Amino acid sequence: MPAALPDDSVGIVVPQLARFDDPFELVCGASLPSHELVYETYGTLNEAGTNAVLVCHALSGHHHAAGYHAPDDRKPGWWDVCIGPGKPIDTNRLFVVACNNLGGCHGSTGPASMNPATGRVYGPDFPVVTVRDWVRSQARLADRLGIRRWAAVIGGSLGGMQAMQWAIDFPERVGHVVTIASAPRLSAQNIAFNEIARQAIQADPGFHGGRYLDHGTLPREGLMLARMLGHVTYQSDDGLREKFGRAVRSGNLDMARDVQFQVESYLHYQGRSFSERFDANTYLLMTRALDYFDPAREFGDDLTAAFATTRASWLVLSFSTDWRFASDRSREIVRALIRARRNVSYADVDAPQGHDAFLLPVPRYLAILDAYLSRVADEAEAPARTGAAA
Amino acid sequence: MNPPPRTLRADLRLIADMVREQARVLDLGCGDGALLSWLQAHRGVIGYGLEIDPEKITACVGRGVNVIERDIDTGLADFETDAFDLVVMTETLQAVRNPGEVLDAMLRIAPDAIVTFPNFGHWRCRLHLATRGTMPVARHLPHAWYDTPNIHLCTFADFEALCRERRVAITQRIVVDAAYRPTRLGDAVPNLFGTIAIYGLRREADA
Repeated sequence: MPAALPDDSVGIVVPQLARFDDPFELVCGASLPSHELVYETYGTLNEAGTNAVLVCHALSGHHHAAGYHAPDDRKPGWWDVCIGPGKPIDTNRLFVVACNNLGGCHGSTGPASMNPATGRVYGPDFPVVTVRDWVRSQARLADRLGIRRWAAVIGGSLGGMQAMQWAIDFPERVGHVVTIASAPRLSAQNIAFNEIARQAIQADPGFHGGRYLDHGTLPREGLMLARMLGHVTYQSDDGLREKFGRAVRSGNLDMARDVQFQVESYLHYQGRSFSERFDANTYLLMTRALDYFDPAREFGDDLTAAFATTRASWLVLSFSTDWRFASDRSREIVRALIRARRNVSYADVDAPQGHDAFLLPVPRYLAILDAYLSRVADEAEAPARTGAAA
Repeated sequence: MNPPPRTLRADLRLIADMVREQARVLDLGCGDGALLSWLQAHRGVIGYGLEIDPEKITACVGRGVNVIERDIDTGLADFETDAFDLVVMTETLQAVRNPGEVLDAMLRIAPDAIVTFPNFGHWRCRLHLATRGTMPVARHLPHAWYDTPNIHLCTFADFEALCRERRVAITQRIVVDAAYRPTRLGDAVPNLFGTIAIYGLRREADA
């Protein structure tokens, strides 16, 4: 618990709920009769409504991106490193919106919500949700908040994919896109890891075909395995070596008896705590959304064509030791943007932490994000000049 | 925010005068983005810079210049043929691994190129080597031989021979001193008295 909240924190924040009572058609053809999105905002929307920034979350993220819910919270929101007064996403200048995506398990309508048609929990009946659906639902939230156009849409990993989709689907509504440690679509290896995670969950005897809540059980072991596997892909070989090496937590290496390495106990801890707080059906849904994401597909597999109608300026960032979405995947995005004649800057930040680096205070990463978003804030404060650089 | 520079370093000013309005420009080794920033503001160009120095990349981003972190030796394959009107490379030629291939790539990506580099044939370099017998160190070449990024130093005559070999037409040559001023001696005997040259290049077939 922080003794007092740090000066560069947005402080105590209160989640808000937006309810949508009209049907929401999904890409898969299904429709939700009504739904709710839980979200948080930081900073103040200016009178002209030009300084709003949307922060999109990754696989296991949510609406609580910055600040604290209570003074005795152990940890702040998941991207507190980047969001706050004087931080790269400067809440003194920008109005930040972060929501929990549709299908999530932190307060937005998802598999653990009540299905009004049946009177019981959706569970496995919750329809397939795609990145496009998320973007469209976020657009509805923007309408509700009086935001016609985002100064920037920002996200890491799966969040970066939403930012990309925003620029494609709503070119008039996005000034800048920031994609961090992301990819234009998943590789076979990425999908393979996702499928192993899904199989681990589905094979858990507590899963009951996704109806575990009806049975009063949870597929804890499966979700734990899924998270452990995911966690390894978020870190680099060097990063794990640096953090744990071959240190032993218990047992005796000389006698080779009951040995537990530090890295094992770390993974067990991560997996176990995740399995207590995350909904298994949401995990399945989010990994599917990742697998299906492929904006070039509708454009004859031509990413340049997909970006041709976008109007935003872009910042693309990758990390040198990220092997989940390696730097080359970001360079695919950059190459297509240059070919589509979009404004784009790209940096490959040298950092040992692997994919997870996007959540961490890597100095060069924060410096470049800060430099870019200062300009975004400048533009937002002088809307007449917006687009002059394009 | 950093406004576009009102004034430009003298050599960049000479280059800027060679750039058409609205041109699409790729700047290899763009540094802090001074040239592109000026060209965006005053010539309406659409530009991208290539740079590998982290601080310079952040400086470019801070002044609204498109910058791509990419090595010149390996990164040029990413750019399509004729994707740009002009490729610029200032005082970087001597630091690339394969100057001939880079030259070819520049004139594949655009019909025109501008290249500047320091002259290793300058009389001071010659005198230094002749009298002391050690590798010349000067204002424009400040590094010791063992830790220099300048792995392909050449003279104006060497470069012009490379252009002939690679079928590159030299459309313009401005020879200047260390303060980027033209001098009478430099114009008369460039390979002996010129410190830096700014070359305008074009594919021979198009020249």
